[in-house]
Amino acid sequence: MAGADGDDSLYPIAVLIDELRNEDVQLRLNSIKKLSTIALALGVERTRTELLPFLTDTIYDEDEVLLALAEQLGNFTMLVGGPEYVHCLLPPLESLATVEETVVRDKAVESLRKISQEHSPVDLEVHFEPLVKRLASGDWFTSRTSACGLFSVCYPRVSSTVKAEIRQHFRTLCSDDTPMVRRAAASKLGEFAKVLELDYVKSDIISLFTALASDEQDSVRLLAVEACVSIATLLPQEDLETLVMPTLRQAAEDKSWRVRYMVADKFSELQKAVGPEITKNDLVPAFQNLLKDCEAEVRSAAAKKVKEFCENLPEDSRETIIMTHILPCVKELVSDTSQHVKSALASVIMGLSTILGKDNTVEHLLPLFLAQLKDECPEVRLNIISNLDCVNEVIGIRQLSQSLLPAIVELAEDAKWRVRLAIIEYMPLLAGQLGVEFFDEKLNTLCMAWLIDHVYAIREAATCNLMKLVEKFGAEWAQNTIVPKVLGMANDPNYLHRMTTLFCINALSEACGQDITTKHMLPVVLKMSNDQVANVRFNVAKSLQKIGPVLDSNALQTEVKPVLEKLATDTDMDVKYFAQEAIRVLALA
Amino acid sequence: MDEEIDTRKINNSFLRDHNYATEADIISTVEFNPTGELLATGDKGGRVVVFQRERESKNQPHRRGEYNVYSTFQSHEPEFDYLKSLEIEEKINKIRWLPQQNAAYFLLSTNDKTVKLWKVSERDKRPEGYNLKDEDGRIRDPTTITALRVPVLQPMDLMVEATPRRVFSNAHTYHINSISVNSDYETYMSTDDLRINLWNLEITNRSFNIVDIKPTNMEELTEVITAAEFQPNQCNTFVYSSSKGSIRLCDMRASALCDNHSKLFEEPEDPSNRSFFSEIISSISDVKFSHSGRYLITRDYLTVKVWDLNMESKPLETYQVHDYLRSKLCSLYENDCIFDKFECVWNGSDSVIMTGSYNNFFRMFDRNTKRDVTLEASRENSKPRAILKPRKVCVGGKRRKDEISVDSLDFSKKILHTAWHPSENIIAVAATNNLYIFQDKVN
Repeated sequence: MAGADGDDSLYPIAVLIDELRNEDVQLRLNSIKKLSTIALALGVERTRTELLPFLTDTIYDEDEVLLALAEQLGNFTMLVGGPEYVHCLLPPLESLATVEETVVRDKAVESLRKISQEHSPVDLEVHFEPLVKRLASGDWFTSRTSACGLFSVCYPRVSSTVKAEIRQHFRTLCSDDTPMVRRAAASKLGEFAKVLELDYVKSDIISLFTALASDEQDSVRLLAVEACVSIATLLPQEDLETLVMPTLRQAAEDKSWRVRYMVADKFSELQKAVGPEITKNDLVPAFQNLLKDCEAEVRSAAAKKVKEFCENLPEDSRETIIMTHILPCVKELVSDTSQHVKSALASVIMGLSTILGKDNTVEHLLPLFLAQLKDECPEVRLNIISNLDCVNEVIGIRQLSQSLLPAIVELAEDAKWRVRLAIIEYMPLLAGQLGVEFFDEKLNTLCMAWLIDHVYAIREAATCNLMKLVEKFGAEWAQNTIVPKVLGMANDPNYLHRMTTLFCINALSEACGQDITTKHMLPVVLKMSNDQVANVRFNVAKSLQKIGPVLDSNALQTEVKPVLEKLATDTDMDVKYFAQEAIRVLALA
Repeated sequence: MDEEIDTRKINNSFLRDHNYATEADIISTVEFNPTGELLATGDKGGRVVVFQRERESKNQPHRRGEYNVYSTFQSHEPEFDYLKSLEIEEKINKIRWLPQQNAAYFLLSTNDKTVKLWKVSERDKRPEGYNLKDEDGRIRDPTTITALRVPVLQPMDLMVEATPRRVFSNAHTYHINSISVNSDYETYMSTDDLRINLWNLEITNRSFNIVDIKPTNMEELTEVITAAEFQPNQCNTFVYSSSKGSIRLCDMRASALCDNHSKLFEEPEDPSNRSFFSEIISSISDVKFSHSGRYLITRDYLTVKVWDLNMESKPLETYQVHDYLRSKLCSLYENDCIFDKFECVWNGSDSVIMTGSYNNFFRMFDRNTKRDVTLEASRENSKPRAILKPRKVCVGGKRRKDEISVDSLDFSKKILHTAWHPSENIIAVAATNNLYIFQDKVN
């Protein structure tokens, strides 16, 4: 509370208040974020009579300041004197709910929804509901769009006459002149339906839903699809056919691809909402059509849902439906003209094998996997390879290995380094599934070839890959297959390759253990300390620091220490620095 | 309102007058907002000037509807693309107003590469009272602070501010020639020589390419896009015009990429008129939907054509803008005038068409009466309440009084940009660095 004379504690608050209008946005933002401190110092009375009126008019500020203000006001109830006075927060939030910036408006609406819960039923009708009405009948569409989000929070808590008014306001906004307001109303239709009595859902909401779903604006119609999900969950099964399905069927065949896209995108939700019977009779043919749509965007969206849709089919008829209705469409998509469609399909198609079981997978899906593994687009092949584990569980990966190998080899040598990088990341997984024998025979050479790739990111990923392989196959395997090759590169004429040896040693020493590190790796590293390229020498110092903890103290003292001491007197500044750093970290001084 | 253009009833006001006009002052676009209350101009110097119509007052009835400067701001600055070693001019190519959403006004302005969304708003209150400063701005001794002061808002003189709200950049390789706001009020499109992009007004880092006519081999390039516009009422329909004189109508519902048009409006060329200049003069410099959305007007070098959306084979009406120049094409080619891009506009009720010409002349065509008129925007007849006289250009040897000979036309004075108030008979005409506003005479 404000003290009487020269109170020291007032100074910081005074600064905060003055900075509410500082020219620097950052300072204003800081002040707004500490608004609760200001309010606490002013006390509830002055917060209500002075601070809030001031804030109501400060809507000229930058968006980020207004956003912070809108958020703060949602938590201000106690600072204005508790629920009894919570309505004092309505004016500033009302003015924030009319600004043009959507994020600010949305935040103001969110805060209004929050504080509506703190209103007593009486206050809700006296203060809150009139505010909703004012916004709903505002001159500008910004206020009307904000109103759409407030109906559902006050509806359950007001008297039946006010309820009727609210329903009327919502109806009016659903047929507003501007598409923005209709969009806002359409997006809140589902939410509003949830708080309405079932009779009104059937009488009011359904007619609004039907109207919005046949709006002239594509952007309104597509939002009605979302509302369809919530409305369908509210209605008893027997009413769905007459009240919802005509509209849904119409949306699935809409002239605008954006609306059909929305149906495809929401297909799993729709499927759950309408239940198994309607799914069998209506959604299956609709889904088939979406998979065959003339617009690639729609086909992609539908292809992404194939697995989920099949999983959620009623168990008794699942296999028949998939085999007779879905699979033929999927087969066509495998050779689609758009690579986005194919790659969307490739990311889920493997999941079908668990649903269809071993025999069907071998007979029907395997040819599709194989075709996709040979696809011209690398993304399609990658998506198949990244999901191999699903198939592995059902039929084992061996069935695929004949086609898998050429696909992997091709990706490994792709001209785009990002593609090469992506396949490297799947190597440990593949190695695990294919087994050590197959790996040694077919893939080992690839993994070694990546070490001398001309792109650094690939070489780096390749070293990391080796580490993961050693973790999988063990130290003995490492010693026999990869360590000799890695160490052989220490004599390569290209210094970048020599450095790769060091990077590999850094990554492998721990996984290989003390024995291999001391016997095989350490001598090579030490020898490289005489390299003529300074970059190699300071990487020797870094490597020694890295593998030091794996070595025993004898090796450290007798072998590592003299070399580091020599490097510490190197003519190159960086070599000196890293050598000293290594000596310090390994405590060899 | 009487829709026939009766020139005796037009008086005017003369607003922008730069005596020391420089290149930067040349007006490059003119546009009324959807209510007609505001008028914006853009110029080669990257500035936007917004005019506001004065409210009617009882004591000065003749001052009704005068447009006064409301706000001036620098929309675009000259830039340099270091990767391509290209200068990017600050010239404003187009301005489009957004429908009003709250007390502020919003407009899109574009130069060759970047579209910006501007907010023009009023402020009439300012906060007063500090804790650490007194009224004169002197710092107070912190130890004397005994109570906290919350600032209070006091009325002040009206201030109009323009603030940039969004910058839509990096989406165009070629020069932007058009922008058009969709009737869903959520999206707009920007068009360059070879591509059309669709933007959401709230998202600046992503746009969708909806038309791309760039051939894989640029040597095969035969056609560029010259203008594009959304249908005013149907959110999914737009048209774009080309340098070959054709107009394509596309339906965004059909597919995400609108490379395949749904309608092609084209008039077969008359073989007897074929000449070296045929292709140049058939290039369309502007295309505009009528307010009803049923018709299109297109402007090429010598004519304005009205197209019915339901008839693709030929235009409904063709109006000659300055046919007397047909014999002068050779010299117009030599001085580059043949490449001038004239715009065209509809009046509020789609019954009259206006477009510009040379010598500060502009033309109006009444579609119902088939009468046309040539008017001149010049300093002499721009005194307040002066009445515009029709002008005539004579072709033959004998020149009557009040007529002007083709040979004495001044080709450096061209009227490329004009605008018509959305509902009233008020027009704005940009003549190089001057803006003229003419309106029906009161009473």
